[in-house]
Amino acid sequence: MAKDVKPRVKVPKSAKPGDIITLKTLISHPMESGQRKDAEGKIIPREIINRFVVDFAGQNVIDVQMEPAISTNPYFEFEVKVDQPGEFTFTWYDDDGSVYEEKQSIDVS
Amino acid sequence: MKLNRRHALILGAGGMAGLAFAGPVLAQAAAPAAPAADAGKTVEQWIADFTGGAEVAEGGVKLNAPEIAENGNTVPISVSAEGAAEILVLATGNPTPGVAIVKFGPAAGSRQLATRIRLATTQDVVAIAKMEDGSFKQAKSNVKVTIGGCGG
Repeated sequence: MAKDVKPRVKVPKSAKPGDIITLKTLISHPMESGQRKDAEGKIIPREIINRFVVDFAGQNVIDVQMEPAISTNPYFEFEVKVDQPGEFTFTWYDDDGSVYEEKQSIDVS
Repeated sequence: MKLNRRHALILGAGGMAGLAFAGPVLAQAAAPAAPAADAGKTVEQWIADFTGGAEVAEGGVKLNAPEIAENGNTVPISVSAEGAAEILVLATGNPTPGVAIVKFGPAAGSRQLATRIRLATTQDVVAIAKMEDGSFKQAKSNVKVTIGGCGG
């Protein structure tokens, strides 16, 4: 497991039904591309987060297949339509099998 | 013409060419999961896999990328395409051209995604959208990179 993986998400506390809100997510991760070499000239093996999924109240928002060209500490910004109160789940899948999850609720009224 | 230019770009990056060949092999050994299969894919293979050989029309996709990126390690881009079900982003001049494929679900508020990507050298970034009606549209943007993000 990569060290110090810390997911961070920015979700507004509340919204009105039908609002389209912007979410920002960041997760600290080296996203080792498999292209770099260490001091001895050996290639450092690839170790990235390869998938990122966001769901809201049981419905999918986005599902991103990630490749090594995504920068260190992957950042995503996207929009969600909220019709009802609910919980966001953010899930990152690591090459090494680790799964990082973050949840956040929003008040919709 | 297209092919020649791409090869020239890769070669132009000097030592990068060697890395491009050595990289995918090791990546596969280290990560037996499915994503590793994408490591050796060329731009043409990415497009063929995504579109299934269907024709790709110009326009209808917005790709925002800087004209000049001082640091290729983190280049902010955003893609959007009204009515898209999926969007594929490729960095045509990278040793592994795949960047991301985003699928939009029923709760998506728009067909838009912003992120930060690595660009190894000056190159074209391409976004191809698969529309809900099954057609394909694309946009292209050239980014000049001052310091490459290959990390070599």
